[in-house]
Amino acid sequence: MNERPPAPDQAFNGLQNRRHFLSKAAAVLSAIPVGAAAASREDLAIESSQTSPGELFTNYGMPATEQRHVVRWISNNDAAPGNGISWTPLHELDGVITPNGLHYERHHNGIPAITDDQHELTISGMVERPLAFDVAALLRYPRQSRICFIECGGNSNAAWRKKPVQTPAGFFHGLISCSEWTGVPLSDLLEESGLKTGATWAVAEGADAFSLTMSIPLDKLLDDCLVAMFQNGERIRPSQGYPMRLLVPGWEGVYNVKWLKNIVLSDKPAMSRNETSRYTELQADGRARQFTFTMAPKSLITNPSAEMALPAHGFYELTGLAWSGHGRVAKVEVSADGGQSWLEAELNAPVLPKCMTRFRIPWHWSGQTAVLQSRVTDEFGNQQPSRKTLLERHGRHGYFHYNGIVSWAVDTSGRVTHTYPDAQQSGDENDPFGDLFMDDKWD
Amino acid sequence: MGLEINHKYLKIIFYFLVFLLLYEPSTQAAPPDLGRALNDREQLSLQSILWPDGANLPAGDGSVADGEVLYRNKCIACHGPQGRGGAGGELAGAQAELTAEQPDQTIGTYWPYATTLFDFVRRAMPLNQPWSLSDSEVYAVVAYLLHLNGLLRPDDTLDATRLRALQMPNANGFDGIEASWP
Repeated sequence: MNERPPAPDQAFNGLQNRRHFLSKAAAVLSAIPVGAAAASREDLAIESSQTSPGELFTNYGMPATEQRHVVRWISNNDAAPGNGISWTPLHELDGVITPNGLHYERHHNGIPAITDDQHELTISGMVERPLAFDVAALLRYPRQSRICFIECGGNSNAAWRKKPVQTPAGFFHGLISCSEWTGVPLSDLLEESGLKTGATWAVAEGADAFSLTMSIPLDKLLDDCLVAMFQNGERIRPSQGYPMRLLVPGWEGVYNVKWLKNIVLSDKPAMSRNETSRYTELQADGRARQFTFTMAPKSLITNPSAEMALPAHGFYELTGLAWSGHGRVAKVEVSADGGQSWLEAELNAPVLPKCMTRFRIPWHWSGQTAVLQSRVTDEFGNQQPSRKTLLERHGRHGYFHYNGIVSWAVDTSGRVTHTYPDAQQSGDENDPFGDLFMDDKWD
Repeated sequence: MGLEINHKYLKIIFYFLVFLLLYEPSTQAAPPDLGRALNDREQLSLQSILWPDGANLPAGDGSVADGEVLYRNKCIACHGPQGRGGAGGELAGAQAELTAEQPDQTIGTYWPYATTLFDFVRRAMPLNQPWSLSDSEVYAVVAYLLHLNGLLRPDDTLDATRLRALQMPNANGFDGIEASWP
């Protein structure tokens, strides 16, 4: 095997070219000696778990007892506790699929209890044949599956603040989750209803105690939206919209209306509260952006990340998540020196459109300070902006759609904190202790 | 003559054979077609959305004064006195401009349509009892909120006609990014 020249670690502050790392690993593996003597029963390492029968079967499995701390954190409104969110603990997970019990939640007024036999989906408004579909009927339609993310428009909103909030990565950026969703293409149901000429929008309404309504251009509904009834193989949970939700791949989470009850075809948007007063982005000049549907490219390193500590010098694999509501992730670059140099990370297959993509890159930490960052570029050339660029473009009052580069500072003791690397230029106050907790009032 | 008949026969047999060769039954599945037609009464029951042009606004009316009483009973716990300072959304009493360091995004400074306010109060408020207000009560609460924002006088009454005609201060403050309206 030809030995590759060593990666210029100094230049990249310890980041390593993935291929160089693998060739070294192969060399080490081939050098492992093979033992000669046969071991007796007494020599063998047998654990107590191997010497008596284990626990019995369960009807529905749970995580390991020592992993019970891997939970969603909840932030809700004191006066209306059914109004709030819970975060996916991204910093505790690997791969791209979110376990169903850890999918992020945004409820506006609690989780309704709805059974199959009391629910119908209606299609009305500008259609030739207003129709109702009960659950039993919908379960007879041909289904499709899509593996894709759903991200709340308000994800990462704490990053608009001037001081870097210190909290585990999932409880800052975890209003995103990724699942395999299975259901009936909405286009099939719309076709059966017969669209009237002039229908260009549809309003989707949920059966929750908010009767949430969102207006969606018809083109999108006909393109790739599903009436989703299954999530990661099982029927959707009540907290995700049982018995059915709208799946609107790549778009703001709020459009993925849960407990989907009515679809009303129209020639205009409804201008509902959540597409005017909320989920719109006030810009520095006082004007607001509306109908910002697509979740822009975004990535972050999930491990290591804020509030973690590197236990020792030596090898680490930096890993994280990247996604774009426009399509596929094309590349993820990682920096260990605050953006002065970048190396391309390995992307785990499959890389799917509008889906989370896992990236990995080897890093050697020898006690030096570092600022770890990732930036994603999607297949259409859209690139995740630096925080400074994002603030220059949109000001600080947008609240929604924060997708700036996320920076983790590593100090000489190995402590990892959230940092704003170009604080002075971007008008931030880089207090290393930042804001210690979130005090959002969800309404 | 006999030859001609024979020739015709051959022609018919030939075309029949060609038809048999080319014919294959459709392999495209028929659509399930399992939707149930909604009757007129059911279609009426689905017209809950209040459109920005005022379509679907119901009959009824409510005064600013009645709205204040309702607000004190049902809204003040979350939204604070005068629509400000509670755990719920900031509704009125804006002091800072939308361009300020800490902008106040209230009904009066931010919401582009008054119809949205009626629609949202009717379908979602109060959170502990959505859909509990009568249509006239919704008009009254909306009238009071518009009054708090300086858009109605204390002795005003609101109905469908007045609500439809009301122009909100920030009606032109939005830019459609991936879709535009109007």
